[in-house]
Amino acid sequence: MPVEPWLIFILSVMIIASIAALEMEDILSSIVAIGVVGLGVSLSFLFLQAPDLAIVQFLFEIFAVIILVRAFLKKDYHKEKPSTINKILAGVTVITLAAIFIFSISVFELLPPFGEPLMTTAQYYLDNGAKDTGAANLVSSIVLDYRAYDTLGEVTVLFAAILGTFTILRIKSKSKKEKTELDHAAK
Amino acid sequence: MRQNDGMTLIVKTVTRISVWMILLYGIYIIFHGHLSPGGGFAGGVIIALAFLNVMLAYGRKFTSDWLNISFLHDVEAASATLFLIIGILGISIGGSFLANFLMKGELFALISSGTILPLNIVIGIKVGMSLFLVVWVLAGSKTVKGE
Repeated sequence: MPVEPWLIFILSVMIIASIAALEMEDILSSIVAIGVVGLGVSLSFLFLQAPDLAIVQFLFEIFAVIILVRAFLKKDYHKEKPSTINKILAGVTVITLAAIFIFSISVFELLPPFGEPLMTTAQYYLDNGAKDTGAANLVSSIVLDYRAYDTLGEVTVLFAAILGTFTILRIKSKSKKEKTELDHAAK
Repeated sequence: MRQNDGMTLIVKTVTRISVWMILLYGIYIIFHGHLSPGGGFAGGVIIALAFLNVMLAYGRKFTSDWLNISFLHDVEAASATLFLIIGILGISIGGSFLANFLMKGELFALISSGTILPLNIVIGIKVGMSLFLVVWVLAGSKTVKGE
């Protein structure tokens, strides 16, 4: 099996935490469980020798937990009603997923070892990255030199995201203002 | 709004000292993006978290006095344009879009790797301002700037 035991341990912790996040009634406990899942993701990135990704993932998880706590703290979403489940449908889903898992064990055994067949492009980056770009951090040289178009797209996505947030929240507050003005006029 | 005026004196004092260290660490991560793990995105998130720390500890009113929010908006939009300008300079000097036209320098030196360092700085500013502004708007949608 190409999957290491510690990775299985981290993955099982993440699965348990995500089930806990779904099942808990208190929404703050769910947010904490989501934070545990994110910590597991960044830890597994760190142990899979991707420190760049681990740092970014870890910081974004902190950020997401702060946003979620801040957004849900003062609202009345604290308690959630238990959802009703169609038992036959749930049983069929569980059986199907279990069958898929059992049949895919042989697929896992066929997988090559981690990072083993090196692609031609990756080999080129490894050989010539430092010489071509002058950057000691190979990830930086790929993200900002060989694949800078991608980064431009990411910057555009961020720009569009904040534009959308501002637009939507402005419409909301504007309509609230108009509503209060109408109420005052009615009185 | 009494409850929005921040936390206790202990939290405020610790924040006053620690926020500069967090900002400095974010700037360090951005400037060493081409030498060590990290880079524009990670450093930008750290800077956003530093501003967020001030907002949570001191409250919205103090933060909007301390930081000029509409100026942050302008910086955020300008840094996206700056990225594009560096890319277009690559066409006119280096021959292709986002070409690395500056001096490569010595490996492992701080001033090296051509346009990667300025692009890292631009992305760091962009990410930091964007994330902080998103939280700023989401946390208090009653007072949105620019109406």
